[in-house]
Amino acid sequence: MADHDQTPTEPQGFIRRFLALPTDSVPKTLFVAISLCLVASMIVSAAAVALRPLQEVNALKDKQINILQVAGIYDPSKDVVESFAAFEPHVLELKTGDFTDKFDAASFDDRAAAADPATSEALSDDPAGIGRLGDYVTVYLLRDANGDIDKLILPIHGYGLWSTLYGFIALEEDGNDIFGLQFYEQAETPGLGAEVDNPRWKALWNGKKLRDENGDLQISVTKTAPAAGSEYHIDALAGATLTTVGVHNLVRFWMGEAGYKPFLDNLKAGNI
Amino acid sequence: MAHKRREMLIDPLVDNNPITLQVLGICSALAVTSSLQVAFVMSIAVTLVTAFSSMFISMIRNQIPSSIRIIVQMVIIASLVILVDQMLKAFAFEISKTLSVFVGLIITNCIVMGRAEAFAMKNGPIDSFIDGIGNGLGYGLILMLVGVIRELFGSGSLFGVTILETVNNGGWYVPNGLLLLPPSAFFIIGLIIWAFRSWKTDQVEEREYKIQTVEAH
Repeated sequence: MADHDQTPTEPQGFIRRFLALPTDSVPKTLFVAISLCLVASMIVSAAAVALRPLQEVNALKDKQINILQVAGIYDPSKDVVESFAAFEPHVLELKTGDFTDKFDAASFDDRAAAADPATSEALSDDPAGIGRLGDYVTVYLLRDANGDIDKLILPIHGYGLWSTLYGFIALEEDGNDIFGLQFYEQAETPGLGAEVDNPRWKALWNGKKLRDENGDLQISVTKTAPAAGSEYHIDALAGATLTTVGVHNLVRFWMGEAGYKPFLDNLKAGNI
Repeated sequence: MAHKRREMLIDPLVDNNPITLQVLGICSALAVTSSLQVAFVMSIAVTLVTAFSSMFISMIRNQIPSSIRIIVQMVIIASLVILVDQMLKAFAFEISKTLSVFVGLIITNCIVMGRAEAFAMKNGPIDSFIDGIGNGLGYGLILMLVGVIRELFGSGSLFGVTILETVNNGGWYVPNGLLLLPPSAFFIIGLIIWAFRSWKTDQVEEREYKIQTVEAH
């Protein structure tokens, strides 16, 4: 811009020569496009790199708060990291239902593993709408004062109406009674599907059972109570049919054969 | 000069409001107004992006070849939006979770590009910056109006604080579910435009047609 005021001498230097070109010429167009993209990409990547540590801390903290909440031991006045130390994280191999030492539980990334073909497989029967199922997931155990298992916190996810819902289900030590359920990441319709976050609806899960005496999976989230009885039934969210169907499918999927059933059977047999 | 700049800031609030008069930025006004907190953060984000993108575009306006000017504007706007998104994720994680995709959609907000193309390409950086702030505030004003109506009658709360205890939570108020769905914002914005134009009659557009009286033969 400064060139406009200068006397019409031959412009000096590389950049000035470009700036002095007529605005609509081809070299000038290319020059503006390339230099603008360079500057913009440098600013954006600098911001992304500089802010990433902060963002990761936030995301981790948010997840930990959700695990604490679903286990019913979240105390906002206490330090999250300190409270979270009460949990015992394990990497679980879904197929065998056993813990594995192949990965470090503190740093294992479930989502990255579920996207990696080496540690996941594409699902042909996919009621939860998740596409690929990871071979390994991180589960959290909460032990009581005697060192016995008190609660199991198991990650679950599946597709609702607009978004994949990511959450945790907390089970009592018998692996059949539900303590709570909570989604920490979802983008369902505010006021309708997003009511999966409503504390009153979440409270409905407490005390429900997954399986009946015969070991059949009976848990359901539907509008009408099924024949199996109310202890296996959570009332649907009003006005959010598709989100409810999604939650129903994803809970049944994760509690079924492909999900945590081998692990829960091992637990019942006393192998964990 | 100072007087003119003051006008540039105040004018877009009512007299030349980007939503009600220029009818720009309707898309995001539908999407983010079901809760006030989100609408508020969105207003701030759009104001900042409009102001700074107008300023940067104005700074290089004499160098932008007209054949690629829209792309140049988009690159600047998109970079600023990514910056806002990254900042929110780092410093206001809870809010960035609720805003989710809508921050990215600021790029497609017609107000930002509308001001870049209509104002910043012809005016100096400081004027463009003030114009951006003004239009962002005008957008925010309508967003907050719509947000108050939708959140209060749709979920019985304001800024997440319960005002009308809803039936779902054991109260008496049966929330109006329609207000939580995007189409309700159309009705509300329509009513606001009607109110504005009844108040400021010079905003009423001239008819594009004329009713002619046919003479009897």
